[in-house]
Amino acid sequence: MSTVLIIGATSAIAHEASRRFAVEGARLLLVARNEAKLQANADDLMARGASSIDTFILDANDFDRHAALMEAVHSTFPNGLDHALLAYGTLPDQTEVAADADAAVDAFTTNATSVIALLTHLAGLFEKQERGAIAVISSVAGDRGRPSNYVYGAAKGAVSLFAQGLRARMAKHGVSVTTIKPGFVDTPMTADIPKNRLFADPADVGARIHKAMKKGQDVVYIPAFWRCVMGVIKAIPERVFKKLDL
Amino acid sequence: MGKPTAASQRAFQSWGRYPKSEPTRIVGIQDRSSLPEFAGGKSTVLAYGQGRSYGDVCLNNGGTLLSTSALDRFINFDPDTGLLRAEGGTTLADVLVQTVPHGWFLPVSPGTKFISLGGAVANDIHGKNHHVAGTFGRHVTQFELVRSSGERLICSPDRNTELFGATIAGLGLTGFITWVEFQLRPIESDQIDMTTTRFRSLDEFLSLSEAANEESPYVVAWIDGLRAEGRGLLMQGDHAPAGPGTSLPSTLPTRKARLSAPFDAPGWLLNPFSIRAFNTAYFRKQIARVKRTRIHYDPYFYPLDAIRDWNRGYGKRGLLQYQCVVPFDDSNATVRELLSRIAGSGAGSFLAVIKTFGDIPSPGMMSFPRPGITLALDFANKGERTIRFFHSLDAIVREAVGAVYPAKDACMSGESFRAYFPRWEEFSTHIDPAFSSSFWRRVTS
Repeated sequence: MSTVLIIGATSAIAHEASRRFAVEGARLLLVARNEAKLQANADDLMARGASSIDTFILDANDFDRHAALMEAVHSTFPNGLDHALLAYGTLPDQTEVAADADAAVDAFTTNATSVIALLTHLAGLFEKQERGAIAVISSVAGDRGRPSNYVYGAAKGAVSLFAQGLRARMAKHGVSVTTIKPGFVDTPMTADIPKNRLFADPADVGARIHKAMKKGQDVVYIPAFWRCVMGVIKAIPERVFKKLDL
Repeated sequence: MGKPTAASQRAFQSWGRYPKSEPTRIVGIQDRSSLPEFAGGKSTVLAYGQGRSYGDVCLNNGGTLLSTSALDRFINFDPDTGLLRAEGGTTLADVLVQTVPHGWFLPVSPGTKFISLGGAVANDIHGKNHHVAGTFGRHVTQFELVRSSGERLICSPDRNTELFGATIAGLGLTGFITWVEFQLRPIESDQIDMTTTRFRSLDEFLSLSEAANEESPYVVAWIDGLRAEGRGLLMQGDHAPAGPGTSLPSTLPTRKARLSAPFDAPGWLLNPFSIRAFNTAYFRKQIARVKRTRIHYDPYFYPLDAIRDWNRGYGKRGLLQYQCVVPFDDSNATVRELLSRIAGSGAGSFLAVIKTFGDIPSPGMMSFPRPGITLALDFANKGERTIRFFHSLDAIVREAVGAVYPAKDACMSGESFRAYFPRWEEFSTHIDPAFSSSFWRRVTS
């Protein structure tokens, strides 16, 4: 049975992906900040058929503890790790990060720097194993900088670019790296945004991530139409784009 | 986070799509450890699960709805004993997917699996096995109720017994149900052995039903609502034993709705002629008087779940359902009178159901089922005309000391409600001051 590491396991999308692994009888190591929420998700996955669940409390911005997490991965799964999903992130208030440098750096640290650090740790592990699948949740927001969301977008763009390079490096070792680019998803992260038809259901997004990891896909837009939408948005010349209010 | 199961749910309406409701605020409850301050807001609150009740018990017009669709985690499932504890927003569909492979089935199941556990408790739902199993509330071992004071209370037949009795069938008014623990029933396969018997009169139904209640745990009948004599098909069923050709599913299938009603049907589609044609065809499709079949539990219990958004078939104005129960009496004159009124109105629908309730009491003080005959019919909403017609049925049901089911109701008067639920005053002392619903305001104003 497969072994799975989920970082950011209390995110709605990550939990739905975890459920897909659990019903297959996977063994999971769940990582998140909030112990009560993490335990509730662990119980759910256990009741749904997971073979074993371990938990690890971590604030991803606590870089000093990344090594301890890697040790926990080794001791929990001494025979190797099959799947790793990095799924945490925060959606900063653009007005705040546009004016406050500390807030901008914090948002970037959470959404990009810490992800890059954890991916680097994981790359070493997977490279040695010569097998496995890594997936990281980026965003369509990372495809082009927009005035309404460029700090978050820059962080996600950094993650996408980093993952792209890592993918080429890991391909030589039989390890897949999947960049997940969801559009709008109806989760706590977007609780304050009025919902329209563009919002995807986290259960669908989680199922799609699970499938992409199993197949070792490269870049996955969820839902798929975002690939076309972002293709158009990326194609708009800068002199036009800067006049648009996106 | 569970998927919304219907278009009406995404719009925070009820299944009948009447009355229309505009909550001022929707709060998505994400996990059971951190709940919002119910009493902090200026408006009243009400939990909203899957929105499968027909009328306004799940609505809080002008108030706040606490959406529970993300509150869908299992907390504990023991495959040896069949005891399940799960968060209040968990759907019965989700429960079945997890427990059937282990040989456990719902103790009581309504006509759709797309309802939440919280809703099952709050409406104290019943099913085809009421004569042997009673209501859902009877199988609840405990639940957690969060009051607007911040108190978290475990309610069971032994603890906080008054709130236990008030919350089961309490229409969500006594507080917020974070989780429910209940006992599943064992099964040996996922198949149902079913026998369908044709009947041509109410008397024939009653004698068939009496015999079937002795033989089978599941008994229900379809009745032709356009004919006063009460012709129909009685369907009795039981879980098939393990054996050649039957077993428990080993994998975990996700059965998707194959059909859906993507838009509102025009209002003229359901008319006395089309319904009459359907009912006659349905009654006659079975040539033999008695027919035996074996089918999967899903089409047996939830035939309409295969058609997503079937409520849209009743057009923009939605549908109204009338479900009542009247006590048995010597000649069952009340049911005859109801059937003749319904047939006379010419408005009866495809989906008319008749069943006898047994005498197993519910722990819920406001529970709807009581010994007698229950009738349930869908009607296209024709506005005032339909409502007036329902009130004329109410007069008959009140006279017979029967009751109408709040979970399906959008029309009953306060006077009728108080007659149907004589313990309403005692119940109202247990209502949480921060909680209210469109239904409650309607029947108590």
